[in-house]
Amino acid sequence: MSNEQYERIPAEKFAFVQEDKKLRDKALETKARGFFADAMLRFSKNKSSVIAAYILLFLILFSIVSPILSPYNVRDTDRRYINFPEFVPAIADMKLGFLDGARTMDSQSDNAMLFWRGIAEETGRDPVIDTLDTHETVVKRRGKEITTYSYDIEVNMYYSIGVVYKTFSYAEYQALQDWQNETGIQAIRPYVNPEDISGIKDNANIWYKVDSKGVAELDENGNFIPAYATDPTKAGAEYNSIRIPGDDGSLVYSTAKSGSVQCRIDYYNYYQYLNGREPTFVFGTNVMGMDLFCGIGIGARFSLLFAVLVSAINLTIGAFYGAAQGYYGGMVDMTLDRISDILSGVPFVVVTTLFQLHLAQKVGVVGSFLFAFVLTGWIGMAALTRRQFYRFKGQEFILAARTLGASDGRLMFKHIFPNAIGSIITSCALVIPGVISSETSMTYLGIVDLSDFAGTTIGTLLSQGNGAATTAPHAMLWPSLFLGLLMISFNLFGNGLRDAFNPTTRGVDD
Amino acid sequence: MLKYTLQRVLYMIMVFFIITLMCFVLIRMLPQPILPPNDPHTEVLEMRREALGYNEPYLVQFARFLEGVFTKFDWGYSEKLYFGRGVWSVFLEKLPATIIVNLYSILWTIPVGIALGVLAALKKNTWVDYFISTITMVVISVPSFVYAFLIQYIFCFKLRWFPFLMKSGTDWFSWDMFVSMIPAVLSLSFGVIAGFTRTTRAELTEVLTSEFMLLARTKGLTKAQATVRHALRNCFVVVVPGIFGEFIGILGGSLIIEGIFAIPGVGGLTLNAINGLDYNIFMLSTVFYTAIGLAAGLVVDISYGFIDPRIRVGSKK
Repeated sequence: MSNEQYERIPAEKFAFVQEDKKLRDKALETKARGFFADAMLRFSKNKSSVIAAYILLFLILFSIVSPILSPYNVRDTDRRYINFPEFVPAIADMKLGFLDGARTMDSQSDNAMLFWRGIAEETGRDPVIDTLDTHETVVKRRGKEITTYSYDIEVNMYYSIGVVYKTFSYAEYQALQDWQNETGIQAIRPYVNPEDISGIKDNANIWYKVDSKGVAELDENGNFIPAYATDPTKAGAEYNSIRIPGDDGSLVYSTAKSGSVQCRIDYYNYYQYLNGREPTFVFGTNVMGMDLFCGIGIGARFSLLFAVLVSAINLTIGAFYGAAQGYYGGMVDMTLDRISDILSGVPFVVVTTLFQLHLAQKVGVVGSFLFAFVLTGWIGMAALTRRQFYRFKGQEFILAARTLGASDGRLMFKHIFPNAIGSIITSCALVIPGVISSETSMTYLGIVDLSDFAGTTIGTLLSQGNGAATTAPHAMLWPSLFLGLLMISFNLFGNGLRDAFNPTTRGVDD
Repeated sequence: MLKYTLQRVLYMIMVFFIITLMCFVLIRMLPQPILPPNDPHTEVLEMRREALGYNEPYLVQFARFLEGVFTKFDWGYSEKLYFGRGVWSVFLEKLPATIIVNLYSILWTIPVGIALGVLAALKKNTWVDYFISTITMVVISVPSFVYAFLIQYIFCFKLRWFPFLMKSGTDWFSWDMFVSMIPAVLSLSFGVIAGFTRTTRAELTEVLTSEFMLLARTKGLTKAQATVRHALRNCFVVVVPGIFGEFIGILGGSLIIEGIFAIPGVGGLTLNAINGLDYNIFMLSTVFYTAIGLAAGLVVDISYGFIDPRIRVGSKK
């Protein structure tokens, strides 16, 4: 084929494409994609950020839901269930090895094992979950070899409390008995007079004959010999409720103590009486006896709301401040820059402390904490906005708008600001974790005490957990885990947003 | 360059004075601790405060404070925690622990951080890079007290390698002291390593893709030569000022880590002063931390100017 055949095309073969109607662009068939939709599309391609977003969502949901799901609130503290591990009765019964309130106890002697057995027989709940290891020690004494054993055992801490002494008024004692009759759960155990158990007064778990060292004396079958009180003249109050099996009515269940009644109480059942449920602590309890599951949720709620509030205020102030700096430039810029230099030079600890000391009584702890954040927090935002304004203010479209008579305010917020909004949004997502981190540090250090206002905070939980980090690591673990996840996912999420809004800075990490 | 440096220093001193004045006035405005009624010392304390000028205008008080500091280096006396002792001597006693712990941490974190950053940048988009970047991301996000807990639990409690708290005493360079410092040093280090890794990686990746690197390769340098002679040098324009800043920053230490590992340092002193309302110690700590922060910023700015003449913050030329 050659071009020759097109060389002489007769004139009549030509025709106008259009003659009467106007020529128009073809209408767009697809929907136009806006700035945000475009950014969202880019964001959703970033896998790690999307995962981070889901984790973030989960953590936020957790903080909303956990205080509702938990049967406790942060003010419910138990004086005996302190720093106890994770425990859910129904799961503990299944013996799965978790949520069973277990703590490992090393080198328990035979006598200690007897003590645990005593609790098991008295309360019907065996505190020893498992024997992990048995150590055999052979000691030579007076020419004879004596073998002693010691055991490493897992103990259910909730069961290990066993029986405690408790003093009631007559009315309270009767109310407890009524509850026993109603529910069929027996909390009051038969009383034991200290003189029958070698004068031991501080251990309510001994209900059997013991020698002077507090070691159980067993009968020939290896059973405990009960030492329950039987003298009815010493009874503190009338007992008309459930009795233990084998009691023909002769056992005494309390003793009189200066106008009130002292008795031995099975604490686990007494807990049920007080709270209407068995102890259930999915994350365990902390040093205050507070449910951590609920505490973390409450703390996180505060942290998140506070961080969002602080960020919103700081972004607003920073945007206006930076806009003024960047738009007017010159003297205005320099003066404002000096002010922000001075403010940013004051260490945050000092700011927080001074605000707490000066303002806490006037505007409250939270108010003064908020002021401390607002005082210096907006500076980064202002610098960012200022940079963006310098970038855009010399461009032609601004000149055009100015020529058309646009006012300064209009130029700033109608023409320049929308161009800068991408970088501003992304910095927002990275400001929030920073605020959470500072807030946690300050409450951790105890410079700010928000317990009265917020119930608790993650920082407070962490500092409370730190005291017993070795014996009860769970009290440190769960808040740490929550905080760690929150910070990581916030930062990943923020990075993803930044990459989505400013594709040019992708992969640059600061 | 001299003019530029002088400008920056003078500006910093001005900012420093304004901050000191502000904090001084705010601290002096705090209500003085009230003694219980009929306390026999009330009158004496009142007289002492009068003599120290607590009832004069704040600016006069500030002038007196400056006079004391400049003529006798007198920062006042501790009124609560170390009753009657000069604040400065207490402070000096606390300074070595903070400096030593932070120095140990910085000495090994900078090489490690930079090395990891270089490695990640050279192996960009391989599993090495992803691994290092992910770990860096995690470490930067998680607050330091979380890994302080992990280190304490795993190394001190489970493995029993180190003691729980720092050894007391002043034998700063003994072996026992060194071992007892390791957990605290580790806790301080992770964040710094991650910071340096991230900066180095970001900077080096940018440099490696620039045109002069291509030129260096075309004129016949091997990849290693080009990287060491051209890429690293340019990347250090950003990294080295960071190192200087960090060296100044070690004086500041960390309030939290010092608390957890019982380091008898400046951070603990500050916290105690805050909780015990010992205003004179708090004033000195404030001045100290402010000076540290400003000096670190200044050193970074000036060293940028020295290393790379193209960058002179605030300079006319």
